[in-house]
Amino acid sequence: MSKLTLAIPSKGRLMEQSTEMFGKAGLVVSKVGHQRGYRGEISGLPDVDVAYVSSSEIAAALKTGSVHLGITGEDLVRETIADADTRLKFLKPLGFGFADVVVAVPAWWIDVVTVADLEAAAIPFRRVHGRWPRVATKYMNITRRFFASKGFGDYRIVESLGATEGTCSAGTAELIVDITTTGETLRANGLKILGDGVILKSQANMIASNAALWTPQLEAVRDQIVRRLSGLNPPDDK
Amino acid sequence: MPAEITQQFAALEAQAQVLMPVFTKAGHDFVAPAVIQPADVFLDVVGENLRARTYVFNDPDGSELCLRPDLTVPTCRLHIARNANAATPAKYCYNGPAFRYQPQDAGREHPREFRQAGIERFGDTSREAAEADTIALIVKALETAGLKNWSLQIGDLGLFRSVLNAVQIPSRWQKRLSDAFWRPDAFRAELQRLTTSPGAAAKALPADFTAALTPGDKFATALTIQSYLDLNHIEVIGTRTVEEMAERLADVAGDLAAKPLEAASAALIESYVKVKGPALKAGEAIAKLLSGSKGGTGAALDAYDRRLALLANAGIALDRVTFSAEFGRNLEYYTGLVFEVRVPELAAASAIAGGGRYDGLMRAAGAAVDVPAVGGAIHTERLLSVLTRRAT
Repeated sequence: MSKLTLAIPSKGRLMEQSTEMFGKAGLVVSKVGHQRGYRGEISGLPDVDVAYVSSSEIAAALKTGSVHLGITGEDLVRETIADADTRLKFLKPLGFGFADVVVAVPAWWIDVVTVADLEAAAIPFRRVHGRWPRVATKYMNITRRFFASKGFGDYRIVESLGATEGTCSAGTAELIVDITTTGETLRANGLKILGDGVILKSQANMIASNAALWTPQLEAVRDQIVRRLSGLNPPDDK
Repeated sequence: MPAEITQQFAALEAQAQVLMPVFTKAGHDFVAPAVIQPADVFLDVVGENLRARTYVFNDPDGSELCLRPDLTVPTCRLHIARNANAATPAKYCYNGPAFRYQPQDAGREHPREFRQAGIERFGDTSREAAEADTIALIVKALETAGLKNWSLQIGDLGLFRSVLNAVQIPSRWQKRLSDAFWRPDAFRAELQRLTTSPGAAAKALPADFTAALTPGDKFATALTIQSYLDLNHIEVIGTRTVEEMAERLADVAGDLAAKPLEAASAALIESYVKVKGPALKAGEAIAKLLSGSKGGTGAALDAYDRRLALLANAGIALDRVTFSAEFGRNLEYYTGLVFEVRVPELAAASAIAGGGRYDGLMRAAGAAVDVPAVGGAIHTERLLSVLTRRAT
């Protein structure tokens, strides 16, 4: 029979924590062949092929169905796939990789407490500077959807692929949408989170692709994996 | 209904051969603005929401460009490039493709690549005459192409401003209601807040800070803000200025001391927003609403009546014209008249032609002065599809 392909992040904390989680469930994940290769296997689950894929590409692989299951952050999935809930199934939150996607503004903006206040600040800003305030983010789609749902449209997105927290003090953006765990980095950069500015409380998830080819055997393998992981302690809710 | 099908192409070309002479005979110069445009003009004018529907890309130099989502802004830019003084009067017409992203289920009336045949009129200070002429010329082109059964929907954002004037509320409240007009939910919330507790916005601020603010005085307020920030060791970062914040907080401080908006004034604003119906009757209804108000009926209603009379003169049967106070609310760059020509075969979201007045656009596109501007465009694929359906 054909095997089930499970995509695991290929590097960093997400990879380590994924491997750790399987280990706790008594499943040993190991690389096949060369240590720097990108294929792996799980002891005790002979019908599973492990593919090591960069976490941002796992969402795309799940969307097209080139993998059956994948472990990645909900933030990356929501950013990559507009209609994630119809294309994928979130099988299980995994209790690691916590990150909140938030709207943050300079802390000295004492008159801006909610997204509605942003609107009120944007109009005089445009009068003075001749353009709408800029939002630095790598989450362009999540940002657009969130602000649209709040009826806020008077802004411009500038794409930021790193050090987003620094863009406000550098003068390249007026506010940001970024991930944070403790908020410490935001505070250190003179920023604060808006009261209604938590867009998504994200964590790593076991996600199934609806586009992949599922046979009854593969579904059984999937259920087996989820069952083994369900024996673990439930994720602590941060 | 993609434009690239050969037969469709031939039919659209033949249709354009009928439409364009109507425009050029009326004195509109035929122009062909660039398809590829700088993205920032569109995005700065219309905001980020349009970006999701615009094909934006970077060229190898890193410049942010887009495929034009309409031909109005490109025609404004062309006019500015041609005239050192952008207020120089000019009339243009065009026929060419525009591009907008459409979701998978958008339907055949919403192709992502569509051809607009349209007219623009810049620098004409006879406002209502220019507006009536524009509508009449679009209708004439449609009728010349063979369209018989149509209706005209109009809105007028100038009337809304004159309603705000009529209730004589503080200018900062007028400004906020005008700014919120585009977003019905925000508008309702703002009206509700002004009627119940205008000072609510101050509640989120530190109490000792609010107490120190000077209502209506932005210079004193700027000093208060600066000393509050110094005292609390909060650093000012970024491009927004303390003066901008002071402008807003001086208003907020004014609201704290202000009496709520009278219920009668709020009711008048709400009744106006609900006005909808045959254009002549709607005018009468608005006159009645405003006649008892403190500010009287104002110039905008005169303009409304004058425009209808001019339309009738130009041969538009007024029983085909419907007014809605809410119409045009979701189209942010219009500043006065808004219109759409509709046909019964197509849903209201699929107008066969549309346009209006956009006096702020020329400056946003780079002009040094404000330039009165009015225009309209025909969605040529929709026109063709309706004419084809009616012929068979």
